[in-house]
Amino acid sequence: MEEKAQTLLKKEREFVIPGEEIVKSMEYLPGRSCFREGESIVAKRIGVVSVENRVISVIPLNGVYAPSVGDMVIGEVVDIQGNSGWVVNIDSPNEAFLPLAGVREFVSQRADLSKIYSIGDTIYAKIHAMSGSSIYLSMHDVMARKFRDGMVIKMNPMKVPRLIGKQGSMINAIKEKTDARISVGQNGLIWVDRNFDLIKEVVGIIEKECFTEGLTDKVAKFLGEKTKAKTEEKEEKKEE
Amino acid sequence: MDRRHKGGQIECGVMNLKSNYIFNLASKNQRTDGREFSDFRKIEIEENPIENSDGSARVRMGKTEVLVGVKLDVGEPFPDSKDEGILIVSAELSPLASAEFEEGPPREESIELARIVDRGIRESGAIDVKKLCVKEGEKVWMVNIDIHIINHDGNLIDAAALASIIALWNAKFPKYIEKEDRTEYGTKTDKELPMKYKPVAVTVYKTGKDFFLDPNIDEEEASTIRLTVISRDDDDICALQKGGTEPLTMEDVEKIFSLAVKKAAELRKLV
Amino acid sequence: MKKEGKNSDELRPLVIKAGVIPNANGSAMVSMGKTTVYAAVYGPRKLHPKHLQMYDKAYLYCRYTMVPFSTKERARPGPSRRSTEISKVITDALKPAVFVNEFPKATIDIFIDVVQADSGTRCAAINAASVALADAGIPMKDLVCAVSAGKIDGKYWLDLTGEQEETTDCDLPVAVMPKSKKITLIQMDGSLPEKDVKEIIKLAVDGCEKIYKAQKKALEERWIGAIREDK
Repeated sequence: MEEKAQTLLKKEREFVIPGEEIVKSMEYLPGRSCFREGESIVAKRIGVVSVENRVISVIPLNGVYAPSVGDMVIGEVVDIQGNSGWVVNIDSPNEAFLPLAGVREFVSQRADLSKIYSIGDTIYAKIHAMSGSSIYLSMHDVMARKFRDGMVIKMNPMKVPRLIGKQGSMINAIKEKTDARISVGQNGLIWVDRNFDLIKEVVGIIEKECFTEGLTDKVAKFLGEKTKAKTEEKEEKKEE
Repeated sequence: MDRRHKGGQIECGVMNLKSNYIFNLASKNQRTDGREFSDFRKIEIEENPIENSDGSARVRMGKTEVLVGVKLDVGEPFPDSKDEGILIVSAELSPLASAEFEEGPPREESIELARIVDRGIRESGAIDVKKLCVKEGEKVWMVNIDIHIINHDGNLIDAAALASIIALWNAKFPKYIEKEDRTEYGTKTDKELPMKYKPVAVTVYKTGKDFFLDPNIDEEEASTIRLTVISRDDDDICALQKGGTEPLTMEDVEKIFSLAVKKAAELRKLV
Repeated sequence: MKKEGKNSDELRPLVIKAGVIPNANGSAMVSMGKTTVYAAVYGPRKLHPKHLQMYDKAYLYCRYTMVPFSTKERARPGPSRRSTEISKVITDALKPAVFVNEFPKATIDIFIDVVQADSGTRCAAINAASVALADAGIPMKDLVCAVSAGKIDGKYWLDLTGEQEETTDCDLPVAVMPKSKKITLIQMDGSLPEKDVKEIIKLAVDGCEKIYKAQKKALEERWIGAIREDK
């Protein structure tokens, strides 16, 4: 084990940029955002090093959303294709498609698709399947729906896992403290029904300090103070 | 205002949702970032950041960033104003600054931006154009103002106009050798551009029944009307431009005037 | 003989900042002496028109442009033959470093605006574009660094100023991928014996080391914060 540790040129959690050599050893395998060059494993993207057993990965710090089957995403309907479905922009290099079979309602042959979802609508959908560069959505998931109100925050898709936290610890803390309904799209779009500016600020903190220890507590504390200040303000205004 | 994709929507705009949210907040007297309706975002100014330019300025309003350069050269005057200098304002909405900006010849938005800024400077008499005359009927100084957008987060007009007037007030003539009829580009004399006024543009935006200033990009998209009011040091209004698809009442216009002129006086202190 | 207070094998004052344009996926500002450029990367994103899409890789598009007030004599806005050539040369300098095959049918758009020109703009452009690509999280084999070099009064000079460009025996911009030292751009204006040319190229390639350090520092500051002393 010691031999292996000695050959690592970069430590766990160390920041790397594309082209930086992480290890020179055939005993390791290149994982996420890494590639092998000769005997070396090299970083492909800016990120932090992560070593798990013999697999070396780089957790990317930035990048466009890479769709994955099973992800819930927030998208905007940009086109209706005849009778077959809706084209949805999910902020990824390829657009997604919601076919007729993907909606819960029964849709007849001559139906006007815009009556179900029209261009400009914002929806919360699941990536049902992918084939080549095609991405198919479905609205069958219990959480899937069309948003009628609320606001959307755009964040770095690479940091969405941090926003959610271990078993949802972070996102639940935020929901609790702000009393807001929040729907998180893996593609970096976050829907909230209230307290937009406060939640946007929190998202900014999470993005900036995603490696800080005890971030969940810090965020909870921050929110606690802010919401306390807000209720105090409200009470002052009431008294006036 | 519709900024929708011509041939390639790139970002997921969710404009309908955002616009509704902003509209609803406005009816409760609130903005998405907690500002008052008449508050500008944080303004940062840098004077003469570009040495090669005869005068220049960088203005940031929130995340909107604009660079303006002034270049002076000697040329022939127009036949109907033989003893006056020439003002030319151009703007580029660089694709650097936003996914919405495409390459290619100037689109109507960039031409409108340039012409609004031009109007403000020209009609206010900000530059003493008679003092730009070198030889009547033959040689006058030409003032080229080039507006370059670096990041678009709303309210480009006010940012560009402010940067332009700051650049003008910081501009110095290059050396001009009259005998050879040659301008030594890139040199600087001590002589400043003959300036008289500091016209300031304040664009008032409307959504629903509420007026607000300095919108970010989402607020700008959610608005239905804008009225740019350019006023000068004595509070005289020297240029107006309405944009957007909805009409204004006379009452609206009066409210806008008082809001804009008052704010312009505040911003003028930055010049 | 020192120019601008620097030695012949030194770079001009170098400033690199990453993440300067919030709207872009990745961005950078680079100043080499008085030459200052901005680069913004948008992408990978959908490519229009459709007939340009490639089934197996992304289209790498680069536009280099000079802002009218960037030069001593005002430059007319719009593309010129020179800017078109430089755009192409920059694209070719960056392509070997980018994993374009990971984004079929997409495009990666790089916009480079020169806001102040004092020679070496294409090198500053490549340095900025390379940081902007990395800043955007785009997978790359390596960064790309570039600098120009020449020969003045019998001495080899690195990173020429505008003034020096007028008296140099040759102007040789070079771009390399620093880890492998593989060259992705060479151009030359001038006339010199082969020995000189080789020496000048070597000077430029070595000069890129400092540029690489500054590029890395810029990315680190942007993503991790100011480098702490205790690290």
